[in-house]
Amino acid sequence: MTPLLSLERVYRSFGGVRAVDGAALTVAPAEVHGLIGPNGAGKTSVLNLVSGFLAPNAGRIVLGGRSIQGLGPDRVAALGVARTFQSIRLFPDLSARDNVVVGQHLRRRASLVAQLLALPSARAEGRSARETAAALLERVGLSDRILEPARHLSYGEQRRVEIARALGSAPRLLLLDEPTAGMNPPEVRAVAELIRKVAAEGRAVLLVEHNVRLVMEVCERITVLDFGKVIAEGTPSEVARDRAVIAAYLGSEP
Amino acid sequence: MGGLLSSLYETYQSTLAYTALNSLLALSVYTSLSCGQLALGSAGFAALGAYSAALLTLQAHWPFPLALAAGLAVPALLAVPLGLPVLRLRGVFLAIATVGFGEVVRLCLVNWEYVNGAQGIVAIPQKTAVWMIYLALGVVLFLLARLRGSKWGFALEAIREDEPAARSMGIPVARYKLSMLVLGAAMAGLAGALEAHFTFMVAPNGFTFGRVVDMLVFAVVGGARLYLGPVVGAAFLTLLPELLRELAPRVGIEAGPLRLMVNGLILLAVILFLPSGLVSLPGRLRAMRAARSPP
Amino acid sequence: MGQQAVNGLFLGSIYALFALGYTLVFGVLDILNLAHAAVFMLASFVALVLVSDLHLHLLLALPCTMALAGLLGLLLERVAFRPLRSRADSNVAGLISSLAAATVLEAVALEVFGPNVARFPFGTLPAGDPAHPLHLFGAVVSRLQLTIIGVAVILFLSLTFLVKRTRLGREVRAVAESPRAARVLGVNVDRAIAASFFISSALGGAAGVLYGLAFNSISPDMGRSVELKGLSVIIVGGMGSMPGAVLAGFALGLTEVFVVAHLGGSWRDAVSFAGLFLILVLRPHGLLGAVSPREA
Repeated sequence: MTPLLSLERVYRSFGGVRAVDGAALTVAPAEVHGLIGPNGAGKTSVLNLVSGFLAPNAGRIVLGGRSIQGLGPDRVAALGVARTFQSIRLFPDLSARDNVVVGQHLRRRASLVAQLLALPSARAEGRSARETAAALLERVGLSDRILEPARHLSYGEQRRVEIARALGSAPRLLLLDEPTAGMNPPEVRAVAELIRKVAAEGRAVLLVEHNVRLVMEVCERITVLDFGKVIAEGTPSEVARDRAVIAAYLGSEP
Repeated sequence: MGGLLSSLYETYQSTLAYTALNSLLALSVYTSLSCGQLALGSAGFAALGAYSAALLTLQAHWPFPLALAAGLAVPALLAVPLGLPVLRLRGVFLAIATVGFGEVVRLCLVNWEYVNGAQGIVAIPQKTAVWMIYLALGVVLFLLARLRGSKWGFALEAIREDEPAARSMGIPVARYKLSMLVLGAAMAGLAGALEAHFTFMVAPNGFTFGRVVDMLVFAVVGGARLYLGPVVGAAFLTLLPELLRELAPRVGIEAGPLRLMVNGLILLAVILFLPSGLVSLPGRLRAMRAARSPP
Repeated sequence: MGQQAVNGLFLGSIYALFALGYTLVFGVLDILNLAHAAVFMLASFVALVLVSDLHLHLLLALPCTMALAGLLGLLLERVAFRPLRSRADSNVAGLISSLAAATVLEAVALEVFGPNVARFPFGTLPAGDPAHPLHLFGAVVSRLQLTIIGVAVILFLSLTFLVKRTRLGREVRAVAESPRAARVLGVNVDRAIAASFFISSALGGAAGVLYGLAFNSISPDMGRSVELKGLSVIIVGGMGSMPGAVLAGFALGLTEVFVVAHLGGSWRDAVSFAGLFLILVLRPHGLLGAVSPREA
């Protein structure tokens, strides 16, 4: 099967530091793919490269058969990629629901004229966007307080809103950057369940996480990075036994 | 009673008309502020609109509506080559670049013989009726109100709050910013054209850096988060000097400095204590009252 | 040619002094202080009062004025900037706050001194002997011009020494680099920022006094045109770069003089804006700048 996403020998440096050093990675459609590695291994850089926030110094990034390296974040998003951020980047003064409405931007088709004249089609679309937002928030387990400014929500709630927002554009590839950081065990389990459901809908998920147990449970394949290089790749059990991985993680908890 | 109201209206008619014009100008700065851009080129855009329209009615004898349309179109078109390079700059750099643009426009007008340089053009036919100003303002407010809560409106707010996050949702940020700049330019141009045919003269010194600063102050004091804010700000700060003019002799300070002082203090108070402007005051008071009353 | 060079240098040194104040504050706080021009203007008036009413000699009035200007800067920092520091949009809010402060200061000047142009009393700066004019680079230079260039150079050297060799200077540079890191390293960030404002305003005040002397014209709106030129200078030189401000200030002074000589006076103001746009479009960092003016 042709992969949905592939990175082909991608390099990216900052100053003199090689953040991503010849990495290669593939994600199949509807696959849940984990990306793990010690701190500073380059995981977030990979996500930034895939989502268009960074351009590689060398190498190709291919999404659905199309080269996307060098395209800006908005163009990459239009090709079906959505993401969350390591440091949560919700719109703080917008409500949770409105945050998710913004996430649906790409799916809203009303023309500017229709919006300016408040034509019934535009109004109906606005209503449906709000309903969809409420539904997505319910999926992530949030149904009350969705009209409060996002900055009033707890850390865990904000992370879930971010995921709901990312789902708003019905992406074919969802990039999650440490979505369970700071969450308690029940919340983590809920996120795991959500990821499985999302994949069952036919969306691929590229999951960057420090919670290795979660990654082992939920991912079909895992890529391990260290110092920007891929040191292992395979199924969870293969990766768990890999000596290079164990060495890189020596001292880290599972 | 009706007589009193109508005589009041007579007295204040021109003040109200100026308030409406100032509101339009303040809104032209607001359009960019609403997506987080401190674009301060409105004095230049207003000058372009005013001069274009004035020249067309005076020299080419165009009918007024067409001249107004040109006054709207000329700055809007020029906003595109300005915006493309300049909107990539952040914060203060954008502000300085757009102020620079306004100054360049003013300088060119000062040095252009054809339009009498610094003396400007006089005897422009007084074609603007007060209702036209209100109509223009009304249409603009209508359109801006529509945008709120629409796909476009949400995109603008997203850009203002977190540009990279907005981009990651597929929002073509550059395009929206440019559109808002062009819209603001059109509004400023229209206001300039209307004003030129209301006061029957235009001169470069009506479009200084100080003027665009005034527009910014109206928008900020009134509230830059809501389309009604700039109108409230313009009304407050245009009508306040009238009040102060009565007050000044009693307090023993010259009217001019007093007005400036009060403007400055109000702006300082707003930015320090009420950053979302006067329009946010009712909401704030409500919240304070709610917090104070027992559960 | 040499004459124009001298004129350009003398004008440029005033621009450079003024721009240094802007760039110091921007480098440290990432804020554009639009009240700087008001301080510039008020300092000129204060010096006038010191010289004509209190009969102080100019050489004494200048440092007194600079100190007073510095104190005004401290006040501004405390009232208009410090409360905004924690805000997310602190640089735009700071800009508007500085605008408010500038308006208040202008109002004070208008009320106290009136709107008319004032001049330093005759003899403030001794005119020297016309039979034996002074020379610089083969051109005639007046006592006034020499004084101004001299004062400016002394101030530039003092500032360089302050920034490079003193502990305060290191602290200011650390805060400019990263306030958080500086705090972790034990730097008193509040004090460093206050000091920056003091120095910035003192320099702006010096520029104001020299400008008032140079053009023999002091009025509440004298800050306007210099303000915008100062902005051009710091952008061309590079925001936050002190050598850049000095370099660009002199460049502007020289260019303006040449343009006026060859194209006529009305195009003088266009020079600074032309430079501004060119740099913003071609090389937004400015000649020597390090701060990135593009979006994150």
